[in-house]
Amino acid sequence: MKGFLPIVIVVAALAAVPLIVHSNVVLNFLVVTLMIALAGQGWNILGGYGGQYSFGHAAFFGTGAYVTAILQVQYGVNAWIGFAAGIAAGALAGAIIGALTFRAGLRSSYFALVTLAFAEVLRILASVSPITGAGVGLLVKLDLRAQAFQFQSRAIFYLVILALLAASMVIAQLLERSRFGAWLIAVRENEDAAMALGVDAFAIKLGAIVLSAAITAAAGCFYVQYFLFIDSGIAYGTWISIEALLTPIIGGVGTVFGALVGALVVKSLGEGAKLVTGDVPGLDLMIYGAVLILVIRFAPRGLVGALADARDRLAHRFMPPRRSAGEVARG
Amino acid sequence: MAEPLLSVENVSRRFGGLLAVNGASLSAPAARITALIGPNGAGKTTLFAVISGFLKPSAGRVRYGGEDVTGERPHRLARRGIARTFQIVQPFAGLSVRDNILVGAHLRHPARAVAVTVAEEVGREVGLGDMLDRPAHTLTVAGRKRLELARALATEPKLLLLDEVLAGLNPSEIRDIVPVIRALSTRGIAVVMIEHVMQAVMSLAEHVFVLAEGRIIASGTPAHVTADPAVVEAYLGRGAAAKVGTAHVH
Repeated sequence: MKGFLPIVIVVAALAAVPLIVHSNVVLNFLVVTLMIALAGQGWNILGGYGGQYSFGHAAFFGTGAYVTAILQVQYGVNAWIGFAAGIAAGALAGAIIGALTFRAGLRSSYFALVTLAFAEVLRILASVSPITGAGVGLLVKLDLRAQAFQFQSRAIFYLVILALLAASMVIAQLLERSRFGAWLIAVRENEDAAMALGVDAFAIKLGAIVLSAAITAAAGCFYVQYFLFIDSGIAYGTWISIEALLTPIIGGVGTVFGALVGALVVKSLGEGAKLVTGDVPGLDLMIYGAVLILVIRFAPRGLVGALADARDRLAHRFMPPRRSAGEVARG
Repeated sequence: MAEPLLSVENVSRRFGGLLAVNGASLSAPAARITALIGPNGAGKTTLFAVISGFLKPSAGRVRYGGEDVTGERPHRLARRGIARTFQIVQPFAGLSVRDNILVGAHLRHPARAVAVTVAEEVGREVGLGDMLDRPAHTLTVAGRKRLELARALATEPKLLLLDEVLAGLNPSEIRDIVPVIRALSTRGIAVVMIEHVMQAVMSLAEHVFVLAEGRIIASGTPAHVTADPAVVEAYLGRGAAAKVGTAHVH
């Protein structure tokens, strides 16, 4: 299958990391980074391929996290079932928010603001409802067994999140080669022109937000299983909305590897800065802002895009520009 | 005579206090080229937007293939076989020429491999065969007009609405593209073209409708409508027909 080889290589390389690295600090860093990459990959489906910039992907991350936690804590449901239910609930949240906003014809910044509002409303609701543990949050009981989706070893958690991220990259790759993906990109580029060519822009955007929400919700479900705790500020906080959109924008919007590259860069810089200056609150956000400005100024297509451009330029330098017979004939 | 493929019946479209189209009727038979001409601001593009579903008419009906399709959404009309180009070209600027046309080709061909083949064929047909890999934003005006045409054609339409595809082209570019348009009607596609380039209208269209101030003021063969005093007045102002007539006598 064309295009899947790079995914296989990258995933295999990442899977080998726990064989070499045994430091819990490093593994913990990588688990969190891949979790953010997964959330970012969800954002990338809607924002990167579909051009609908959501500022409120916390709505999906949090819904996934809360449904996973609530089912286990309040109803004693098995964690794996809770995990699947969390993803489904995230997808449903996406369908509802998408149906309301896209039916209302909200585009660009209006869409961004409304998604932000949805996430904030959910955060406030979660901070007062008894079922979400209100201000206290929910603690999932420690039960280090695979059937409870908890693992003694961080390496196992790492492989689980890597598998989820790999699945999301395969989805992105399939999307790029499908009619749905072609139409989604067409909607991003020019919605009116797409409609004139028979694209049902509403249905396409709705499909994209459902898929996008499901992937980001999976990251939320994973968060609960890994940290065994959730509260409204984590689940529906703006931090995750920001990180979910920052990673693919820095890594490369609308690319298979953008979210992963972006998450690695952003998280490394954040951790690096903390090592140098100590744990100054909000420092990571300042660094994100600076990196974002640099990327948008110098590599608007993100790091993956900049890399592709550089490769093209090199190719041009060493090979004469491709001119087809027709162009040559016409002079 | 059989019912025409497209018939527009007494369509009006109001924007607040402005009546952009005022009870206009026209029809277009299959496999023929019909032209819609008229001075700037006559309401031609608005009428196209109504036919293609981008605007709902304030009054009147649009019939297509024997069915009332008034107010149907653009993507549904595209599925029925109505394609349009935009006067102000709307390329998917970030995509290659091939991927632009592919979006249209996907309408009838879900499988990517088939759709790519169709897109490349259509690209060659309109003379973009050499430029399939180029990003759309690097095309010249003439190239973008061809791309508009190619994307619309890739949806395999029965009715093609061309909104000034010749505007902004130089005479040699027009010479290149006129045969492409003529070939469409011989393939059975009904073409309705808004056009200011009269030389092309005269050589291509079999029937011409003239729209002025939202109304159809004349219709008939190209030679017939250009000789119509009402048409001359619509373009040149009241009394112009008489002056032109006098000038001819002298």
